[in-house]
Amino acid sequence: MIVNFIDYLRERLPMVIRLSYVVLALVALIDAVFVSKEHAHTAMERIPAFWSIFGFGACLLIIIFCKVFGHMGIMTREDYYDK
Amino acid sequence: MISNIWIHPTLIMVIGALLLPLIPRPLKKGYLVAVPVLAFLDILSMQGSYGTYGVLKFMEFPLTFGRVDGLSMVFAYIMALMCIIGTIYGLHVEEDAQHIAAWLYVAGSLGVIFCADYLVLFLFWEMMAFSSVFLIWFRRREESLASGYRYLLVHTAGGLMLLAGFVLRYKSAGNFDFNLLTAAPMGIDSWLIMAGFMLNAAVPPLHAWLPDAYSEATVGGAVFMCAFTTKTAVYALARGFAGTEILVPLGTCMALYGVVYAFLQNDARKLLAYHVISQVGYMVAGVGIGTQLAINGACAHAFAHILYKGLLFMGCGSVLQMTGTCKFTELGGLYKKMPHTFLLTLIGGLSISAFPLFSGFVSKAMIISAGFEAHNYTAAILLTLASVGTFQSTTLKIPYYIWFGKSRCSSEVYEKAADPPVNMQTAMAIAAVLCIFIGCYTPYLYNMLPYPEIAAAYDPYTAYHISETMQILLFTALGFFLVLKKLTPHDTISLDLDWFYRKGGRAFLWIASRPVQLIDYVVGELYRFIGLMPLMFTARFLSWFDWHGIDGIVDGIARSVRNTGNLTRQLQFGRLQYNLFFAVSCVAAIIAIYILA
Repeated sequence: MIVNFIDYLRERLPMVIRLSYVVLALVALIDAVFVSKEHAHTAMERIPAFWSIFGFGACLLIIIFCKVFGHMGIMTREDYYDK
Repeated sequence: MISNIWIHPTLIMVIGALLLPLIPRPLKKGYLVAVPVLAFLDILSMQGSYGTYGVLKFMEFPLTFGRVDGLSMVFAYIMALMCIIGTIYGLHVEEDAQHIAAWLYVAGSLGVIFCADYLVLFLFWEMMAFSSVFLIWFRRREESLASGYRYLLVHTAGGLMLLAGFVLRYKSAGNFDFNLLTAAPMGIDSWLIMAGFMLNAAVPPLHAWLPDAYSEATVGGAVFMCAFTTKTAVYALARGFAGTEILVPLGTCMALYGVVYAFLQNDARKLLAYHVISQVGYMVAGVGIGTQLAINGACAHAFAHILYKGLLFMGCGSVLQMTGTCKFTELGGLYKKMPHTFLLTLIGGLSISAFPLFSGFVSKAMIISAGFEAHNYTAAILLTLASVGTFQSTTLKIPYYIWFGKSRCSSEVYEKAADPPVNMQTAMAIAAVLCIFIGCYTPYLYNMLPYPEIAAAYDPYTAYHISETMQILLFTALGFFLVLKKLTPHDTISLDLDWFYRKGGRAFLWIASRPVQLIDYVVGELYRFIGLMPLMFTARFLSWFDWHGIDGIVDGIARSVRNTGNLTRQLQFGRLQYNLFFAVSCVAAIIAIYILA
């Protein structure tokens, strides 16, 4: 069942991707328009769809930081400690 | 707690472990499930009976084995529950010793959770370290042996720090009572105790043992290890150091440190191990914030974490068990072969990422909210940032590179891949159901927390919080898939602070074999020339002196005595009249001399 469902989605990958974009847009839009900001802790959270920007930015920030950090000599060959 | 008799769950686990080899084979599986269930029921029966039990006297020290209160109960409950799940997961393991090691390890954890003084704490703390190391060694790889020794050495060092702290504490406070230690200013004793706890909680820079050990442990062993050591330490910190401000930045750093290193890993279990550090960072920060909401959050997160991290380790452990590897560079595209494992691991991933309706959502939010409420905005924002990394690595990277993506499996690996035995799947399913149940029905967890009324007033399912979380997670996913091509794993390892003692150990070995040995040789030679030769000369002289000097005198006296004896003998003719004659002559001579003189 799980396999069939995954195969079903994979066969329609372009549609799944388009649907995902729609969901993303909706999530950001709902936040900007409908969600009450009375529970917000800081002023910046009142920017429409702030957490969308935060999530996307943080994701790229982490990837870039880790890549740079890893290539500063932290990542090394697997048998490093054997020799 | 059965009627009014308090039975320590540790006792059940220890006796259960010791009797295990005597159980006949047909009954063994039932017995393996029954013992942890019994310990769990024992803990259930304690609910509502808060108090102090099991106080023994040892010399002049009272030993308190059973402090039952809100804080100890929530940890004991989840640990006993995890022991059931972990044991079911390892039910196919034939070797008794593996179960015994795991149970003694759990027994140690429960002992720490319920104890109320440092002597008992130290006893069970060491019991944990010395039993859990076998869960690494039983993997029986050369690397596991080395890794186990490193684990043991690090934990022995931590134990010594604790012991030093306890002794100093006794000197200053006059007792071994294990209570809140935050009275300002903290003395050296409190710092040492905190450092000992922090080592077990894997707070950087005392953390490198964790990924080193957990990635080398047996498949089932890692499931136990990821649940008990760090969470027992979180309990100890919550008990002794709630509200210690330094723990907030340390916890936040931990959360981010774990995320960064997890990102760099190629081994799925090592990735998960770094996420243990990251998640425990939330708990440590919660303990540091120290408000009632934050302590609730730390306990709730520990509770949820034990389940979802156990689930994730079970998922990746299943991959390792079935295929023989859990490196991303040797896996991929396995969803057709291991669909159940995929689904269950995904549930663990969604839980750790705090996806709405999953356990992490209702626990992690509590800590972050407590951070915001305590006006600790930097920590709260950074912890939110860390949750982005968690989602990226655990929910996106692990499933993608094991079950989807380009298959890099060798034909042998692909051939072997399949869902694991029923007992392993059952254990994963129990954990997965609990992850979802906790996420959906919050009173189950919230009523168990140390401050239930504060927890009851907290609602994670506000529109704002759901919207915030969904935006963060979904846009993280967008970022991930946009740069997916740049994220291809490579067969590398990442150098961490264990470099210092791993390379340091070699430096020590080199120093021992080269300079120290050279010094030893030089000292030996010097001794031979300067020490030994004069000694021999003196000895020879003394021997000569003895022979010719001392013996000469002694022999001379002996010879004189003999000669005198001979002379006297010759005077003895054996006739009475001669003898009388000599005697009377002598007496007469003496009298004559006396009178004349």
